[in-house]
Amino acid sequence: MLRVEGITQVFGGVTALRDVSFSVAEGEIKGVIGPNGAGKTTLFNIITGIYRQTAGDVFLENKIVTSFQPEKLALRGMVRTFQNVELFGAMTVMENVMVGLHTKSRCGILSSCLKLPSHLREERHILEKAMTCLDFVGLAEDASLVAGNLPFGKGRMLEIARAMALEPRIILLDEPAAGLNSRETAELGALIRKIRGSGVTVVLVEHDMELVMDICDTILVLNLGQRLAEGTPREIQENPAVIAAYLGEG
Amino acid sequence: MGSERTNLLKFLLFSGSVLVAPVLFSGGYLMNVLVFVGINTMLAVALNLLLGYAGQISLGQAAFFGLGAYISGVATATYGLNPWAAMGCAAAIVGLIAFAIGFPILKLKGHYLAMATLGFGIIVYIAFNETVELTGGPSGLTGIPYFTAGTVQFDSDMKNYYLIWGFALMTILLSVNLVNSRIGRALRAIHDSEVAARVMGVNARLLKVQIFTLSAVISSVAGSLYAHTMTFISPASFGFNFSVELLTMVVIGGLGSVYGSFLGAALLTLLPEFLRTFQDYDIVAYGLLLILMTMYMPGGLVRIPSFVSPILAKIKAGVGKHA
Amino acid sequence: MSHQILQYILSGLSTGAIYSLIGIGFAIIYNSTGIINFAQGEFVMLGGIMTWFFLSVFQLPLIAAMVLAIALSTAVGVLFERLTIRPLRNASPLILVIITIGASILIRGMAMLIWGKDTHSLPMFTGSEPLTVAGATLLPQHLWIFGITLFIIAVNRFYFHHSISGKAMRACSHNRRAAGLVGIDVKRMVLFSFAISSALGSVAGIITAPLTMTSYDVGIMLGLKGFCAAIIGGMSSGIATVVGGLLLGVLESLGAGMVSSGYKDAIAFIILLLILVIRPQGLFKKAETERV
Ligand SMILES: Nc1ncnc2c1ncn2[C@@H]1O[C@H](COP(=O)(O)OP(=O)(O)OP(=O)(O)O)[C@@H](O)[C@H]1O
Ligand SMILES: [Mg+2]
Repeated sequence: MLRVEGITQVFGGVTALRDVSFSVAEGEIKGVIGPNGAGKTTLFNIITGIYRQTAGDVFLENKIVTSFQPEKLALRGMVRTFQNVELFGAMTVMENVMVGLHTKSRCGILSSCLKLPSHLREERHILEKAMTCLDFVGLAEDASLVAGNLPFGKGRMLEIARAMALEPRIILLDEPAAGLNSRETAELGALIRKIRGSGVTVVLVEHDMELVMDICDTILVLNLGQRLAEGTPREIQENPAVIAAYLGEG
Repeated sequence: MGSERTNLLKFLLFSGSVLVAPVLFSGGYLMNVLVFVGINTMLAVALNLLLGYAGQISLGQAAFFGLGAYISGVATATYGLNPWAAMGCAAAIVGLIAFAIGFPILKLKGHYLAMATLGFGIIVYIAFNETVELTGGPSGLTGIPYFTAGTVQFDSDMKNYYLIWGFALMTILLSVNLVNSRIGRALRAIHDSEVAARVMGVNARLLKVQIFTLSAVISSVAGSLYAHTMTFISPASFGFNFSVELLTMVVIGGLGSVYGSFLGAALLTLLPEFLRTFQDYDIVAYGLLLILMTMYMPGGLVRIPSFVSPILAKIKAGVGKHA
Repeated sequence: MSHQILQYILSGLSTGAIYSLIGIGFAIIYNSTGIINFAQGEFVMLGGIMTWFFLSVFQLPLIAAMVLAIALSTAVGVLFERLTIRPLRNASPLILVIITIGASILIRGMAMLIWGKDTHSLPMFTGSEPLTVAGATLLPQHLWIFGITLFIIAVNRFYFHHSISGKAMRACSHNRRAAGLVGIDVKRMVLFSFAISSALGSVAGIITAPLTMTSYDVGIMLGLKGFCAAIIGGMSSGIATVVGGLLLGVLESLGAGMVSSGYKDAIAFIILLLILVIRPQGLFKKAETERV
């Protein structure tokens, strides 16, 4: 599904990633873990076309997508969420999800200005679909609230709903459980399984080890920008290098 | 936002008031001012699409306004083109210019974008002054013809009022439609988080340039209307100060509110007329308004009802208790 | 011909020195707050016009008038920071642009009401007997401009590299939050930066006024040119911006002399646009990746 080859990222004097390669199989939940500053977010930023890497390539469904703009990747079915929740704060919850449906609609400036019938039809369709997506994450009741005023946990859910509106083939989640309480985390785990159940591949960056070990099929461990290990949750838990990295860290 | 129906109702009510306003002021000197309110409304709404919705600042709007006016003016006064055709040509040329400079300029953000658009505005302003053979230079361009339709010549304030407000109402209607559409949502998304908008598949770069172009084209049409109703133009009307005045209109009226832009335009156009006895105080008033409004009423004039109504309700409740 | 060119270069360097001072003012505020202060040029105007005011109306000696003008301009800068910038610390760049534009209009408007719309001239600091250097003429005032600019740059460098508060300010410019965490009073540093740059601006306004005259509206253009210098210098509050200012001054002067004086101001803005579009990080710096 997704393959990353030899990614290196240098910022000024800091090498945030060094020759990282891995691949994600279709339909799996892939965990990416590592201590703070390991380069996980940087890796996501490169895969989703937000940073331009120093070296290395990204392949999506065996086609090269290195340095594609994020909007182009969205059309190919790749979407993500952000570690520091990036909602459209001034818009309503419903409108946030409606933006997620941007690629599923066509109307341009002209037909929007003139309110052509095609525009009205499309608008109705978008509204219905957005409601389904909100239902999917359990936010239907908050549809008319302003997104900026949502409690943090619901904000994270909204980000997922918005991303799922795109009907992605693969979704990258950057620490979706950060800041959630244990009940919310459990719900999130169930939601991620549901997402995979609907045929979407998941890549999950997360510090909550319980969640990661519970739901991931395979796990990639990064440390100081380098690939440290890769394997099933059990293999990772028993890997001495991983244990050393985490103990050494804290 | 509001529903479809309230939007339509608002628009009809507004159009109605525009239609009957001349009855109240007919013949008076105020008619002439109301013509300018119409032009400034178009300009403010155009800037608001860019600033209030897409969150992209432009301090060069006066340049597009001026280019529209000068292309129209020169094409008719010097080369004898029909005013309507000239207006169309001007809009097309300005649209192309905006589209071309939009790509490099709109890559910039915040303060840098403000400075780049400002620089563009000043370059254009200098060109108006210096290309004397073409524009008449600082002393201006005279002899621009009025619009005509059949045998009717738009040569009175009353006729121009209806002509210009026809365009202004159209601008308002199209803008209200636009901001409540898929494109409008994408614009507001870019405003709040450009990177998230792009991840959702919004082609932010292209969309920003498109809306910049649309805003320039509307300003250009306003410029042509201005040229053909004034029949005389000079660079002084299209300088940096006017760009700032437009910014003030949008901010005072309310960022991200189409009707707010009308309020801002009306206030800033009428204010100097009322302050006429205190000439020169208006610039101080602009400065103060700009600072105070952004600090204490960032929603602008349009938010006054929601600001005042709880207070009114409280007063009413208080009165009710005493009665 | 070569005399002519030398003449252009010399007078370009002197206007360039003024742009450098204004540009450093922009950079200092930008580095400590992330704000481009659109009102920067107004302090240049205030310096010149207040010196004229104290000199001609109150008949104060030149030195006293200058000191008073600098002190008052600085006070205006401090007031501006306290009243508008500090309460809005977390506002978006858009709001801050608008606020500083508002302040610039307000200051300019007040100056017009107080001192009128006339153009005023200041006397040269020391006589107006021209000197001849390799066939080009220089006024003593030019020497004053070079001397004072050099002096200020030296003081500026000493301050930022060798004094505690200067180092604290540099720390703020690298990372405001981290500076706050190690106990630097960031609010005070911001206030300082406004004080320093309004003082710098007013000095620039004073030393150039004897050559260029002054009036309530000179601030806009000078401010924008100063910004242009800072952009060329990549918003550095040191040598890069000085080089930017000198470069701009010389190019402008050569352009005006050899191409057309009418387009003199356009040259600065064309340079500004080119740099913003091609190398927004300035001529001398490497690009950075914006964090997400
Ligand atoms: N735009 C950037 N410019 C410079 N350095 C950066 C940039 N983005 C990330 N870095 C650096 O790259 C390294 C990796 O950061 P990254 O955010 O990818 O870590 P992470 O694994 O996501 O950590 P965390 O678990 O804390 O989120 C860090 O040293 C960081 O400071
Ligand atoms: Mg991270």
